[in-house]
Amino acid sequence: MEQLIGNNLASVAGFRPELVLTFGSIALLVLDLVLRRSRSRRALLAGAAVIVLGLAAVLLAAQSTASTPLFNGMIASDAFATFFKWIFLAAGFLTVLIVAQGDDYPSPRVGEFYGLLLAVVLGMFLMASATNLLTIYMSIELVSMVSYVLAGFRKSDRKAAEASLKYVIYGSVASGVMLFGMSYLYGLLGTFDVLAFAPKIAELSATTGAAGAATKLALVVAVVFVSSGVGYKIASVPWHMWCPDVYEGAPTPFTAFLSVGPKAAGFALALRFFLGSFAGPMGANGMAESIAGIPWPAVIGVLSAVTMTLGNLTAIAQTNLKRLLAYSSIAHAGYTLMGLATLSALGMQGVMIYMLIYLVMNLGAFLVVIVVAEATGSESIFDYSGLVHRHPLAAIAFGIFLFSLTGLPPFAGFTGKWYLFYAVIERASGPAGFWYGALAVVGALNTAVSLYYYARIIRAMFLEAPHVTDRVAPKLGYQLMLGAFSAAILVFGIWWAPIVEWSQRSMVMLRG
Amino acid sequence: MDANQYIALAAFLFGIGLVGVVVKRNMLVVFMCIELMLNAANLTFLAFARRAGNMNGHAIAFFVIAVAAAEAAVGLAIVIAVFRTRGTLNVDEVASLRN
Repeated sequence: MEQLIGNNLASVAGFRPELVLTFGSIALLVLDLVLRRSRSRRALLAGAAVIVLGLAAVLLAAQSTASTPLFNGMIASDAFATFFKWIFLAAGFLTVLIVAQGDDYPSPRVGEFYGLLLAVVLGMFLMASATNLLTIYMSIELVSMVSYVLAGFRKSDRKAAEASLKYVIYGSVASGVMLFGMSYLYGLLGTFDVLAFAPKIAELSATTGAAGAATKLALVVAVVFVSSGVGYKIASVPWHMWCPDVYEGAPTPFTAFLSVGPKAAGFALALRFFLGSFAGPMGANGMAESIAGIPWPAVIGVLSAVTMTLGNLTAIAQTNLKRLLAYSSIAHAGYTLMGLATLSALGMQGVMIYMLIYLVMNLGAFLVVIVVAEATGSESIFDYSGLVHRHPLAAIAFGIFLFSLTGLPPFAGFTGKWYLFYAVIERASGPAGFWYGALAVVGALNTAVSLYYYARIIRAMFLEAPHVTDRVAPKLGYQLMLGAFSAAILVFGIWWAPIVEWSQRSMVMLRG
Repeated sequence: MDANQYIALAAFLFGIGLVGVVVKRNMLVVFMCIELMLNAANLTFLAFARRAGNMNGHAIAFFVIAVAAAEAAVGLAIVIAVFRTRGTLNVDEVASLRN
């Protein structure tokens, strides 16, 4: 007992960024009340949120990345989690910058928004480091529950209320199914500790005969149930239905955050869960095998192919830009799942690189949507006609983001896609190579399809005549952000060594 | 009684909840069905914990109860927001986000 308490107290040292986020979130809610009558309330609250995130970043940078279990194995502190924590901090920081300048979140309640946003960042931190079924469930619920509120933040907005209703219903069902799956995993394996799963699964599947087959079936069903919680967070088929409606109805800055933050957190959780407990350690060739021959890489491969195909084919018909980007984000979840299906070091690195680059390019794309919506009040593709004449920077930046999302060189999206496809092709020469080859072909065809609808926007912006000729005049801060995002996409499209090296260093994950 | 009977009952409750979410049109009933799913998971946890003599399953039930309460609070707040803007509790009538 004393040892348990001692471990908990000692673990606080490795938990400082999370503590800052916890207390910072509460402090912002209080500050929102204190500054109720202040004249410069918006600026002060945004400044406070940036300070909290900055403090968390400083403490995160100061923290060791050695793999250590914290709180008696409830969460892990390792280089892998730290990599994703930086992505979450960046997503939170950029969202605060966007919200501070816009009017999507009205001044009387903007402090609540920042406070809740910090709580989501905390939840994502925990998702990336959870090593216990209980912490996995609680962290997913923390992210989800706060997201329901933030999606429906404008209470009198019909669309926002509908979006958050759909979000809460789909989300609760997905987490209910996940919890039910967890209860069976617990029953079969007798522990909540994810790191202790692998040997128990191997032991279970050694039993032969009818009882062995039944156990194996129950195990597979339980894992499928548990993955519904993850699939819902990354918006993969068949848990993608909420995605277009929520993306369209929620305030755009939050949509942008939702498309990069929780998606990356879902992938971090999936990598840790599947590679950590359902696969053996990686061999000298950087490839791992699934425990007891459970065919989960095949299941994920099929999900990946279906997800990207459905996302891309449905995106073609969309005329609302937010809805189009929602289907595009489903497609990108499909591409990224390829990296998980390969079950190799290269695939894992591909997922990490892709989520980092996707953060910049997708936030950038949504920022253009915000800029245009502020000028025209519309998210329809028809209002993008001739954007280059109305605001050249916005049009050129959007062009860069869209080409990068397609995965064309010399943009950063190409780097990300290159690693994912390379990981799949590396597998194509081994056992079950035909299926990996087929997956790569499906991925390549999908990239071609995605070029079609991204190019439709680019054609409208550059080749069509504008319906109205008054100029779009975005705020200076937005222009600076658009410039910085475009520059980052161009720089990392040519000089990707820093990203690759950083992700390479960050592939160390705590194992049981 | 045997733990297996509890597990079977929980699976049955979970099935009712899942089917209810899909077929029921009233938002409040949908939330009741979600509650049923969570409690079915709780019952399974408890049955397995009892059979294995392991306390973990008992502990998680408390967490799930707390989460379910929070989910109900958020969910009902959203139902009120929807009802105020549309005046209906029917899920099918809340469909303006379609092209």
